[in-house]
Amino acid sequence: MKYDLQSSNFRAANMPNSTSPESGLKRFGDKRISDLLVESRQANVNRQRVQEFIIEKLLFAGGMAAILFIALIFIFLFKEGAKALFLIKPIEFIGTHILDFDNNRVFACMWQPVGESGKYSIVPLLIGSFLVALPATVISTILGGGCGIYLAEIASAKVREIVKPAIELLAGIPTVVIGFLCLTLLATYVQNAFHTTFRLNAFVGAIGVSLVIIPVIASITDDALRAVPNELREASYGLGATRWETIWKVVVPAGISGVTASIILGMGRALGETMIVVMATGNAALVTGNIFSSVRTMTATIAAELGAVPQGGPQYCALFLVGAILFFITFVLNLVAEMIINRMRKKLRL
Amino acid sequence: MKVEHGIKGQQKTKIKLEELTFYYGKYKAIDNVSMEFLECKVTAIIGPSGCGKSTLIKSINRISEITNDVQVEGKVLLDNKNVYDRDVDLVDLRRRVGMVFQRPNPFPKSIYDNVAFGPRLYGVNNKKRLDEIVEYSLVKSALWNEVKDRLNQSAIGFSGGQQQRLCIARALAVDPEVLLMDEPCAALDPTATARIEELIEDLKKYYTIAIVTHNMQQAARISDYTGFLLNGQLIEYNITTEMFTNPDKKVTEDYITGRFG
Amino acid sequence: MTVGKRKIFNSFFQGLCRSMAFLAMAVLIVILVKVVTNGVGVINLSFLFKAPREGMTEGGIFPAIFGTVCITMLMIVLAIPVGVSAAIYLTEYAGKNFLGRIIRASINNLAGVPSIVFGLFGVGFFVLFIGRGMDKILGIPLLFGQPAMLWAASTLALLVLPVIIVSTEEALNSVSVSLREAAFALGATKWQVVRNVVLPQARSGILTGAILSISRGAGETAPILFTGCAYFLPRLPVFTIPYVHIPVINPLDQFMELSYHIFIMATQSTNVAATRPIQYGTTLVLIALTFLLNLSAIIFRIYFRKRPR
Repeated sequence: MKYDLQSSNFRAANMPNSTSPESGLKRFGDKRISDLLVESRQANVNRQRVQEFIIEKLLFAGGMAAILFIALIFIFLFKEGAKALFLIKPIEFIGTHILDFDNNRVFACMWQPVGESGKYSIVPLLIGSFLVALPATVISTILGGGCGIYLAEIASAKVREIVKPAIELLAGIPTVVIGFLCLTLLATYVQNAFHTTFRLNAFVGAIGVSLVIIPVIASITDDALRAVPNELREASYGLGATRWETIWKVVVPAGISGVTASIILGMGRALGETMIVVMATGNAALVTGNIFSSVRTMTATIAAELGAVPQGGPQYCALFLVGAILFFITFVLNLVAEMIINRMRKKLRL
Repeated sequence: MKVEHGIKGQQKTKIKLEELTFYYGKYKAIDNVSMEFLECKVTAIIGPSGCGKSTLIKSINRISEITNDVQVEGKVLLDNKNVYDRDVDLVDLRRRVGMVFQRPNPFPKSIYDNVAFGPRLYGVNNKKRLDEIVEYSLVKSALWNEVKDRLNQSAIGFSGGQQQRLCIARALAVDPEVLLMDEPCAALDPTATARIEELIEDLKKYYTIAIVTHNMQQAARISDYTGFLLNGQLIEYNITTEMFTNPDKKVTEDYITGRFG
Repeated sequence: MTVGKRKIFNSFFQGLCRSMAFLAMAVLIVILVKVVTNGVGVINLSFLFKAPREGMTEGGIFPAIFGTVCITMLMIVLAIPVGVSAAIYLTEYAGKNFLGRIIRASINNLAGVPSIVFGLFGVGFFVLFIGRGMDKILGIPLLFGQPAMLWAASTLALLVLPVIIVSTEEALNSVSVSLREAAFALGATKWQVVRNVVLPQARSGILTGAILSISRGAGETAPILFTGCAYFLPRLPVFTIPYVHIPVINPLDQFMELSYHIFIMATQSTNVAATRPIQYGTTLVLIALTFLLNLSAIIFRIYFRKRPR
């Protein structure tokens, strides 16, 4: 579509009178404001351009720092951890042949890194970590999920304004404090209730760790459920469903990916938790399935041993390898959770 | 489809759109529009919501590209210089082309700091100069008498109409040549709207004004020329009185008589 | 299912969720009550402002409080510039492009790294690589290449970086687009918009993030276990500038720290049972510190979200 100024079909009489645009403008002496501004800008435009450029690069460097550090963590953990594979035979990370009391050669999974013939089986550490993390995840899925549902669907706005900060405050308690209370108080309660052989055991640690993950699961579940559109709830009520039926059969299934992601993230946190398990699980590297037995997690092993080992030795490198494995596991869990959340965001177009 | 329009007169062409096509990502918001904005005239853009009116005027000061991924074909000539040329200084372009938005959006600062914001960006820090510019802009936007004793109060406490006039003052403080107004009265009551319209009537002596409006009566009252936009295409562009009394196209007539939109 | 049964189900399960939420709150209250009742007895001025005595079985915890304050301050000084600039880059410059997505993914991953892994990294990177490297380059005997407050603070800074970035980003995103547009339309450059419009508006949100980070950093133990914490130090990590006699914090010294003090007293001290009151007292101080910080951040955030724009 073109239009042409010359081929007019209007009457000239219709045209409003033209005015000079200059007439009303403020002057400073013989200068208009616009001249003043342009001159003022000309005076420092080059400096300003350089400044903009430098600032953008600095901010960019800040952003790149995040990438840099995650890469450095990767490199340093795996570099030191890989050394362990040269110092120690890889099979020894699973187990070694030892002589039992009857002088039979048996294959045993032991973590006993001290001395000439240190034993570096990672199996008891993995078992220890999961024996704490799995029960902790189960406990906090139930409790944290309940909290999340309550916050998002049941609580009134007023109650929510109290409960939500309270749960955030629970998340803010230093883990060393929880570990300390598990060690001094909870362990005694648990021993009195279950008459366990070990005062400090995986179960005590799991309860302690669950206190850390409940807020994580609760707040992500809360967010996920609140993102579910209201029309779904209204439709469900319209069909005569009760509130619980609406929550359980409509809202939770709609927000299930967020809930799943929160559980996976919680599991990652549980595996990575250090201070609680080092204080509350007894730190005995046993191969066991008994939840009331003392265990030693990967995190606790690093925390307890790294301070006292000579650098560069087999034990030192083995601890880095344990760290690398731990990092890898939590990395994968976080990645999966993030993918689930991203998919949910796309679906809900948030 | 080819529509012939023509406008004859002594007015200088301030802005000329040449076959402008504008995309948001893959969505075509403006489709091959050519039109002119004459100096010291009010040109209204009307059309139903989502027809691309705001995009059209925002393409002139290139403000859409801040928040969106945009792509432009064709030209936007400001005094015969394409604003999409590579060597165009965006800062200077936006100084010359001021803008007033749909909702009053004063900064959460004092009245004085709001108006002085623009000049300060350009490095004007002389207190006396700033005072003069602030007073001048507030006088021009018919706000001076209401706020001259309260220049240090926060702009947030003022009424919507006053805030919008403050936004106009803020735009005037950098002494633009063109004023783009994106439905400036959409969020205002009738009294405040009337004051803004009066103000526009006054401002057009000095500025080239392009105003987007949803309100046909407003377009008829204040504009000299009107363009009717539908689905990103310029359907009709004419002298306002002509357009509202004797539209060329059936679809224009339908729109201005309220049959759709 | 009959209507009656459905009604019972309805109220039962809702009640169950409610009781879970209140159980979580009850746990919080129990923790606070236990710590306060067991710890308040030892709290007095000499506990707060004196050093430990008699092999840490008596005396106060002042060096630990001092060390905690020093290290969190140093941490926040290191973390804020990097975190805030990363957040500004992400929201204002990178947008949703490929690089922005990679940076975001890195931050999410950084947030999920277990704290003990930060500790390992701190030893491997800061103490041994950077510290030893500096010693080697400068040709001096062991000075930087050993655990020190600087390295512990750097490790903690890395740990809280995602907290700062995420909260800053949230604060920047809450500044309305129309204000940015208004400034751009006046001819502001990108940095002018950020500095004059966005940052002043986002200040309180950034501050909230900083407070949360301080509280998080003060409560963490694992990252500093091997990067600078000391079991017992007879002196404060301070040196006096010669001639002018002004004491300054020495970032190359080791330090005592509250959470580490609790850990070590509860598990490895000479007489664990006899020092229980000191352990509870230290716990009370730490929890009061983090609690006040968190509470102020929460109140701050509620206030700042409710403020009319």
